[in-house]
Amino acid sequence: MERVRKWVQVIIGFLTNSSWSFPFTKTIYQGPLKVICAPGLNCYSCPAATTSCALGSIQQLLGGLRFALENSQYYFGFSVLGSIGVLGGMFGRMICGWACPFGFVQELLHKIPSRKFGIPRLLSYGKFVFLLLFVVVLPLVLVDEFGTGNPWFCKFVCPAGTLEAGLPMLLLQPNLRNTIGLLFLNKFVILILFLTWAIFSSRPFCRTACPLGAFYALFSKVRLVKLHLDEARCTNCKACHHVCPMGVKFNESPNDPECITCLACMNKACKFDAISLEIGGIPLAAPDRGMSPANKP
Amino acid sequence: MNQTTHPHHKKRPLRKPPFVVIPAFLLLWLIGVATGEPARILEQAVQVCLSCIGIG
Repeated sequence: MERVRKWVQVIIGFLTNSSWSFPFTKTIYQGPLKVICAPGLNCYSCPAATTSCALGSIQQLLGGLRFALENSQYYFGFSVLGSIGVLGGMFGRMICGWACPFGFVQELLHKIPSRKFGIPRLLSYGKFVFLLLFVVVLPLVLVDEFGTGNPWFCKFVCPAGTLEAGLPMLLLQPNLRNTIGLLFLNKFVILILFLTWAIFSSRPFCRTACPLGAFYALFSKVRLVKLHLDEARCTNCKACHHVCPMGVKFNESPNDPECITCLACMNKACKFDAISLEIGGIPLAAPDRGMSPANKP
Repeated sequence: MNQTTHPHHKKRPLRKPPFVVIPAFLLLWLIGVATGEPARILEQAVQVCLSCIGIG
């Protein structure tokens, strides 16, 4: 199943970045598909991006809200919120585990042999601060003399934007190199910090700073596709704790907002068939190893 | 043939919240589309966002 997940990550990463004419055009894809929001974190200024970024779009819409309202344009970001909300209601943070290119990059980096470290649970609240403050409040409230706000998260934090768009665009358009300043340096340092951290800890950006992950985490209890814990079969052996890339203690918190439904606990850890995948309460087949608490060791 | 029921196939009640949340966000999406937001999104997304990539 892990191999299937990797292939899904590769295919979705390719589908959201499938415009490969940029070496010739020297710019980004400008076709109609850009009206669709990518499910994961994928910068729409990436030269290969065929979709838009939900976070970028919502910040731009909120930043321009005053100007839009003055022109009787009611651009509150409902279409963006609606599209990622439907995805969140269906899959929640399964998107992070199966469809986010930047999450995939972090997973690959974590495979580099090194000493591995956990991430304190307290830091996981950081992404909710980024969502509320950098994606909603600051673009809406801090505006210039024309009444326009900045895309604060994209401009000052997003390492995916630097990796997927900033660096490639600097390579493609040499004239942009003259504009490099403190802003770029700040974002470049943030990128290097998260990429280095990803070698030593699993998915640090997803766990501590990703506003899109924070949004999908809000659906942890109500999403359609989720993992189910059969408490009658759980022996509290804690095997699921050791394999989770997000630091979730699944048997203690089956609706944990951090769960990206990578299925590692179900397929790699639980020997008692206590974890299964369900759709809206309807269970799907889980690996049956013929063990139950009645015949546990 | 002796057929046994898989333990995970025991009948569980259908969870209702997803069937409320998904249509609610679908409705929100439709409202956004009706106000013409997608055209504005497209307009933004086809331009290189210099501030997004840290060089503007």
